Amino acid sequence: MLAEEELCFSQSVDPPDTVRFMLPSDAISIREGLVGLFALDLMEPLTAESLSAAQIVLAEALNNVVEHAYAQYPGRIEIWVTRRESYLFIRIMDDGLAMPGGDLPGGKPGWPEDLPEGGFGWSLIRNLSHDLTYARDGKRNLLSLCISVDYQG
Amino acid sequence: MKLESQHRGEMIVIRVLDDRIDAAGAIQFKERMRELIAEPSDRLVLDMSNVGFLDSSGLGAVVSVMKVLGPVRRLELSGLTPTVEKVFRLTRMDSVFIIHKMLPEEWRNAG
Repeated sequence: MLAEEELCFSQSVDPPDTVRFMLPSDAISIREGLVGLFALDLMEPLTAESLSAAQIVLAEALNNVVEHAYAQYPGRIEIWVTRRESYLFIRIMDDGLAMPGGDLPGGKPGWPEDLPEGGFGWSLIRNLSHDLTYARDGKRNLLSLCISVDYQG
Repeated sequence: MKLESQHRGEMIVIRVLDDRIDAAGAIQFKERMRELIAEPSDRLVLDMSNVGFLDSSGLGAVVSVMKVLGPVRRLELSGLTPTVEKVFRLTRMDSVFIIHKMLPEEWRNAG
């Protein structure tokens, strides 16, 4: 659970197109971080469709960090979001376990006949984002991706 | 996770009162649903019109409820908001569930 004063969005000044924030690695904090992020002025001009895609991608990426990178010990997640022209550039960093095999899992959607209860996450991320990259830098994981967005009006 | 269940003849309509079914609420959702579906009924409809956001954990929870019900008693979904609809469509789960655009008028006003 995230204490009120802990959730702090630092916004760049010139241009004011980037926010950076930190979240503890638990599902409630991720929820609170997402609700806070999507209430910022930075997100306000985007269409509902773009906001929905961005929130799905961020939720999946952040919950993956909680469930996998920080599966064995808790930690903090650092998130950078930049809105520039028709893109949101996202960077997510953590000090958890490396991605198995050092690379991103595939994102093949499950076959409905099997009725999988999980494994939808990467498929959603791959569907709604592009330029997805993963790097291990010492003890840090760095995931970066890009989401195409539209503006209202 | 707040869910509200109402009998409508041979049908139980379960309304999700929370606005998110996400990783933080998926387990609670599953547990509460299991209690509510223990009651017998021919049809079971999950009204999701209040749910603005659902992630893959939430989707997994809805799928698991359907699996608990077995092949005869199917879970019908109603009132999918745009983000929720997008998640069902992109994961192809929209082909697995019976999905109603919204609850018929008489169900919404009854009870």
